[in-house]
Amino acid sequence: MSDSTINILKHNLVPEHVVLTPEEEEAFLVQYKINRYNLPLIKTSDPVIKMLEEEQNISLKGRIIKIIRTDSPAGEGVYYRYVIE
Amino acid sequence: MIAMNEEEILLFGPPKKIKELSFGVLSPEHIRKMSVTTIVQADTYDDEGYPINGGLMDPKLGVIDPGLRCRTCGSKFGECQGHFGHIELSRPVIHVGYAKEVYDILKATCKECSRLLLPEDRLAQYHTRLEEEGVRGSIRQAIIIEVLSEAAKKKGVIKDTTCPHCGTEQAKIKFDKPTAYKEGDKKLTPSDIRERFEKIPNEDVVLMGWNPECARPEWSILTVLPVAPVTVRPSITLESGIRSEDDLTHKLVDIIRINQRLRENLDAGAPQLIVEDLWELLQYHVTTYFDNEVSGVPPARHRSGRVLKTLTQRLKGKEGRFRNNLSGKRVDFSARTVISPDPNISINEVGVPLFVAKELTVPERATHRNLERLRGLVLNGSEAYPGANYIIRHDGMRKRVSDITKDILAEELDIGYVVERHLCDGDIVLFNRQPSLHRLSIMAHEVRVMPYKTFRLNLCVCPPYNADFDGDEMNMHVPQTEEAQAEARILMRVQEQIISPRFGEPVIGGSQDYLSGAYLLTKRSSFFTRDQVAQMIYVSDIPSASLPEPAKIEGDVPYWSGKQVFSLLLPSDLNIEYKAKVCQKCEMCEGVNCKYDAFVRIEGGRLVSGIIDGATFKARSNCKLLDKLVKDYGTDTGRIFLDSVTRLILQATAIIGFTTGIDDEDIPKAGAVLIDKIIFEGKEKVDKLIETYRQGYLEPLPGRSVEETLESKIMQALAEARDKAGDISERYLGMNRGAVIMAKTGAKGNMLDITQMSASLGQMSVRGTRLHRGYINRSLSSFKEDDLSAEARGFVSASYKKGLNPKEFFFHAMGGREGLVDTAVRTAQSGYMQRRLMNALQDMSVRYDGTVRTNDDIIVQFAYGEDGIDPAKSTYGKAVDIDWIVHKNLNSHTEG
Ligand SMILES: [Mg+2]
Ligand SMILES: [Zn+2]
Ligand SMILES: [Zn+2]
Ligand SMILES: [Zn+2]
Repeated sequence: MSDSTINILKHNLVPEHVVLTPEEEEAFLVQYKINRYNLPLIKTSDPVIKMLEEEQNISLKGRIIKIIRTDSPAGEGVYYRYVIE
Repeated sequence: MIAMNEEEILLFGPPKKIKELSFGVLSPEHIRKMSVTTIVQADTYDDEGYPINGGLMDPKLGVIDPGLRCRTCGSKFGECQGHFGHIELSRPVIHVGYAKEVYDILKATCKECSRLLLPEDRLAQYHTRLEEEGVRGSIRQAIIIEVLSEAAKKKGVIKDTTCPHCGTEQAKIKFDKPTAYKEGDKKLTPSDIRERFEKIPNEDVVLMGWNPECARPEWSILTVLPVAPVTVRPSITLESGIRSEDDLTHKLVDIIRINQRLRENLDAGAPQLIVEDLWELLQYHVTTYFDNEVSGVPPARHRSGRVLKTLTQRLKGKEGRFRNNLSGKRVDFSARTVISPDPNISINEVGVPLFVAKELTVPERATHRNLERLRGLVLNGSEAYPGANYIIRHDGMRKRVSDITKDILAEELDIGYVVERHLCDGDIVLFNRQPSLHRLSIMAHEVRVMPYKTFRLNLCVCPPYNADFDGDEMNMHVPQTEEAQAEARILMRVQEQIISPRFGEPVIGGSQDYLSGAYLLTKRSSFFTRDQVAQMIYVSDIPSASLPEPAKIEGDVPYWSGKQVFSLLLPSDLNIEYKAKVCQKCEMCEGVNCKYDAFVRIEGGRLVSGIIDGATFKARSNCKLLDKLVKDYGTDTGRIFLDSVTRLILQATAIIGFTTGIDDEDIPKAGAVLIDKIIFEGKEKVDKLIETYRQGYLEPLPGRSVEETLESKIMQALAEARDKAGDISERYLGMNRGAVIMAKTGAKGNMLDITQMSASLGQMSVRGTRLHRGYINRSLSSFKEDDLSAEARGFVSASYKKGLNPKEFFFHAMGGREGLVDTAVRTAQSGYMQRRLMNALQDMSVRYDGTVRTNDDIIVQFAYGEDGIDPAKSTYGKAVDIDWIVHKNLNSHTEG
């Protein structure tokens, strides 16, 4: 990451994005009785995904991201997205 | 599902369930297979008026004349749905509907070997991706677009233009809308394209987004044209006896004619040029047969010059098959008439005119319990009320009840018969007012049959329908099965909708006179005699009301306060405190001792202090009492409260009397002088500001130019003057004036409206600025250019009551026009947005695991609204009202 780029993950308007571990993914998919293609999507070209991939040095394609929103009028909102190309 | 009778079950077997539908492109073989005849004649009827065999009205295509039988299936008119024929085209033509797809495939495939222009390994990669991720339609679409554009070399790994399979150099394909293609400089004929498409292997077809089992690319180039059955293009016989053919038939005639000429020319070995011209003409006719509004193609016209309505035009738009005949259609068992108010019926009821009740019927099956009653209804006939219009026998035979047949039919009536009886009091019906924007636009009401010709409606139900009585009409539908009736009664009944599903506010409740009336009833000075109270209790139908001790006895006469009477409507364990709408927001609230009596306290169901007004039960507002009654005591309590309180208030208003008039806006001389002075001072201040500006002494505000600063300071000064004038007038406008009561209780209008009537209108504005446009640098020609004074820029110092001078009147019209335009634009835009949102969201549902999913199980939210709260059960959007729960528990503890 070059110095001139801002780490958007730390921006206070960007909610917390967590990459689920394979075990967590398994449990999650069982809990909601779905396959991953029925989840909301996020593209690998999304700035947050790009930043996460760079940070953790892995490819996130095919993984599930948990998004924790604290600015929701309903209080804390949890959302999951499946990463596609 | 349509019920089948025994005969049908014997014929076709038991009803089957549709598991899936597949959509595809008809193949030439398929078209020939489903065709009953090939059409070769461009004519319809011979000289004797008989349809020509092999013509467009071939009797094998179905029956459109009553009395005849179908030459194919033997059914009568109305039973035979018609049969397709076909035309063998002399040369293939492009199907306009697939022109874009043809272009995409041409670009993505090799001109020589017809393979996708991608190397084997890429193809394999895409195949696996499609298999894995293609489960979801939107991802699948994205992959297919990627394949096509990569193969078309818009982007992707291969940079050279040779085929990776055979090495042939590819030329650029040009698409000349709507149906012409060029490869380099060479024209591609539909035959060329078809030949190419035929060679595309099935594996490649899959990657292009087609399912080769039911849609091969070459089928998008027509060699055989299906001819629609005559039943979808019936000819009409005019009064003069002349037959008039359907637009589709006209179009088919054109196609057959050109097709024949093309065939003849081909057979005769005519020159290439002539053949090409005819071929293009055939393409034109087939194109306009499918769609007569293709851009770049002159629409086909009737002899009279009228543009023909062909296939696409039948389906498209508001008047098209989808929006007019499928999504919305005319229905039986419905009525529509003007609405008018009736404060004496329950909110759950609707007044139905007698003549409507005699026309609309409810089917009721005869049992040993109701047989005699139903027999009585049949005996009454269809003219007398309550009667019956039809009886249905065991075998489904339907008999009209008439004066002649009624005695026989009543005799015949037996258990198991169904009687279609007139609508009666207590029947459940659906009531609707357009535009049906939310679910409260259709609610279930109980019928009250009444004389005269309008539907009658309780006034509390006006807000959800957004109805008034200036000529509004509403629709009524009568559910025909017990299931539908039960469902309507349980889910859709008006009392179940008092609390809005939006965020838990009451949408059904008091408005207008009910609020000013409630003030009159419950203000401190309202006392009623024994007779008056008895009358009030009687009309408001309060069950087992017992009079409390009179509030005061004057002379020998006992008096009861309005608060005491109102308390009769409240549950005896209700304890609540809140500020009324009339609250003056005193700096120190004195609670029960408030001098405006604005602090409402209810103790054990007794109204101890405070005025009842908008804050108590106004519809579509953050009211404090009505929502508690419904949420804590149930919808029955809510409905009874509303029914009773409205009638009680009307009776009280009738006793006390209420009016408004222009003298409500009278200001005494002293006040008027004061107001004039304030306005004058305001204008003076503006003049001074302008003077400072002209001399160049005006200090600009941070971030603004001097001009902007001046403008904002002027606006400020004038707003201040208007507000002060308003305050002065308010001082003279006491609660003894009807207009003020209406404003302060929330019944109608607000104090600003009244001060505009009594003191000054204030600044007129367009787009938030003072009026300055119209002439060059001035608003009206009677001012000098660049006159910045208050009068020249739309400040109206007059009040409505005093009257506006011509200039002021014009300024007022300018401001008013903006408001009108805004509302017109807003409703159009929000209506369109509403349609789009409804279409996008209509099939979503909350599942048992709390997730919101679409029809195909795609998750949209993991908890409804991110918190899983049903807003209809919340208190004004909040999941729980902690204060209220604590308050209730504290009360029950102190009591216990
Ligand atoms: Mg109206
Ligand atoms: Zn038939
Ligand atoms: Zn090739
Ligand atoms: Zn007060």
